[in-house]
Amino acid sequence: MTKDEKSLYTKRSDGRAFDSIREISAKVGVVPNADGSAIFAQGDTIAIASVYGPKTHHPKNQQNPEKGVIRVHYGMLSFSVTERIKPGVSRRSQEINQVTEWALSNVVMLEELPGTVIDVHINILQANAGTRCAGINAAAMALAHAGIPMKEMVSAVAIGKMDKTIVSDVTKEEEDMEEGEGATDIPMAFLSHSEKITLLQLDGRIQVDRFGEALEAGKKACKKIFEIQKKALKEAE
Amino acid sequence: MRIRMPYKLTKKNILEAMSKGKRLDGRGLLEHRPIEVRFGVSKNAESSVIVKWGKTEVACGIKMGLQEPYTGHESEGTMTTSVELLPLSSPNFEYGQPSIEAVEIARVIDRGIRESRFIDFEKLCIKEGEKVWSIYIDIATINDDGNLIDAGALAAVLALRTARFPVLDEETGKIDYGNFTDKALPLVNENMPLTTTCYKIGNHIFIDPAREEEDVADARLTIEIFKPESQKVEMITAMQKGGEMPLSIEEAEKMVSEATKMFKKLNILVEEELDKAKKDTKKKKKE
Amino acid sequence: MTEKHGKKELVIPGEIIATGDEFLPGDWTLKQGNDIISSRYGVVEKQDRLIKIIPISGVYIPRSGNTVIGEIKDLTNAGWVIDIGGPYQAFLPLRECPGFVEESEMENIYGIGDLILTQVLNVKRTSVDLTMKMRERGFGKIREGSVIRVNPHRVPRVIGKEGSMVSLIKNASNCMITVGQNGLIWIQGNNIDEQIYAEKAIQFIVENITTEGLTEKAEKWLADNKPKITKEKKE
Repeated sequence: MTKDEKSLYTKRSDGRAFDSIREISAKVGVVPNADGSAIFAQGDTIAIASVYGPKTHHPKNQQNPEKGVIRVHYGMLSFSVTERIKPGVSRRSQEINQVTEWALSNVVMLEELPGTVIDVHINILQANAGTRCAGINAAAMALAHAGIPMKEMVSAVAIGKMDKTIVSDVTKEEEDMEEGEGATDIPMAFLSHSEKITLLQLDGRIQVDRFGEALEAGKKACKKIFEIQKKALKEAE
Repeated sequence: MRIRMPYKLTKKNILEAMSKGKRLDGRGLLEHRPIEVRFGVSKNAESSVIVKWGKTEVACGIKMGLQEPYTGHESEGTMTTSVELLPLSSPNFEYGQPSIEAVEIARVIDRGIRESRFIDFEKLCIKEGEKVWSIYIDIATINDDGNLIDAGALAAVLALRTARFPVLDEETGKIDYGNFTDKALPLVNENMPLTTTCYKIGNHIFIDPAREEEDVADARLTIEIFKPESQKVEMITAMQKGGEMPLSIEEAEKMVSEATKMFKKLNILVEEELDKAKKDTKKKKKE
Repeated sequence: MTEKHGKKELVIPGEIIATGDEFLPGDWTLKQGNDIISSRYGVVEKQDRLIKIIPISGVYIPRSGNTVIGEIKDLTNAGWVIDIGGPYQAFLPLRECPGFVEESEMENIYGIGDLILTQVLNVKRTSVDLTMKMRERGFGKIREGSVIRVNPHRVPRVIGKEGSMVSLIKNASNCMITVGQNGLIWIQGNNIDEQIYAEKAIQFIVENITTEGLTEKAEKWLADNKPKITKEKKE
């Protein structure tokens, strides 16, 4: 719970409690061609991920002889947002590729797969904030589904600060809020067992002594998300 | 992972099965896989739909924009069709410039919709010579198990039928994205084109190939058909022959005949799915 | 092994499968502090004091002696480059063929696109060597029948205890079935209908791998789906 007597944000636009995450539905095996795949819908944000690999990394000169490599490709479908996105790569998607790769590669046991590459494709079908987090959640499930050896699972959530209130799993409406200190978007990802952070970005303004509170909210939310990822994988067969 | 790979042996198996009137999944040569339709995959689009033919899955969304009309078409709206063969959907698709496969599928689907006069482009005019509506038909593949052309074409038509104009702010003259009206696109429903691609391996003609069948096919003929009330018979609005091997006149005529039969089935399917969608929307509005 | 509604329970990476000193960590497990954690998506198996994971998905990991089916991808002057699935390239050296093979003859023996039934000789860090020096029948080029692909981790279930499951399917379909450890399966029937029947039976097993009483369910599926043999159409 947050001590926000002076915050302008006293009620969430969709009526959720501050630490409530949106309703999630998750399923694996949605792309039969892929070695592993998953769909992750968090409220109105829907991400689909598929994994191909491990396979021999071509060209040979890009291979890492000591361990495997993960390549992440994140893209939003042109009609996933209200204003159409022209198909192709953007600077934003390139950045998301990189942070997602970092978020996932440290749990994948790449030393077991030298000289190989694992391709992770993430596409957003419908966007309502938290897209990179939904993408990571789907991708982590797809990697497990594909039989990639992993030390732990990864779960991600976008924590927000609306004026002075810390909230879990922001929506687009909340992201656009401007009253008081405005909206601060803090996407983060936690490892399921060690509880370490593998994704952390911040966009907005937050006092240094409130930062820990945001992390705790993220950790709690990610625990709930992990349970849902686990359930979807267990119910697959 | 795919169960059947395009080995040399697979082509042999396919031919052997077809000589007995069968496919490797037990279907007849002119039998299509079960078709599933799901509307509303993206609430942010003017409309969106996911279409499955067996394991093939494609998504299509309609977005609208505003632009100046093209020279010579001062009172007509515009339309752009694009196809993304997402690497998510197959190990054979790559990132980068659209491949010739993607371009061909997009252009063939576009032609059928345009030439049949399914869309009344004049009704998309806001101010002659200055401002018209543009329609974007965006198709993306989710799983490629063959027959992307027919699946994509069906998705495009279903998406167009369920699309609604976004709100146009009278003052600013700009679109209020994310806010939709109840106004449907200006469509001439009797000109709705439905697409069937017929394939040939050896002497066998078949429809709706699985990926391994499409990989070894010798030739194909995409036929887009519509039936306006004023005509006694179905009309062909677009056609495309693909593949290296030639077709005999008899084969081409047989393919048109099969596409006409499929047109009738698809027509019924489209109306059924649209009916279901209407009922679902009414139910949701009540809740 | 816990069973839920007639299905074996699956565990996921990061899930704690044992605590304390009761068990020792086996294949695809990690010891973290006091916990033993799974590093794969699969089923838990306990063998005396050893606890391990049997994965239900993932690439083929070749082992010396495995029978595998591969596709010829390329010819070099030292042998054939072969795809046996898995992340690493496989190679059939000329010297591992019985008899003396001239470089000029290679294409006639196994050409690009041919499928062969062969054996893993040895496994190196990022490559695999194959051999054809087995005397058993069937090894060599696959000319008849069909080849389908399943996840290699499901192959043991398709074979069954002492071959019981695959024998069940063989008898019901009158087909010869050779299962490659790499997940490629060769089916030879007297007619296409029984061949398709055998393929579908195998897919049924693969899709129901965690179901309890799978043998009975397979027997029922085979009985319910017996094909009608169609005669060849006169063209």
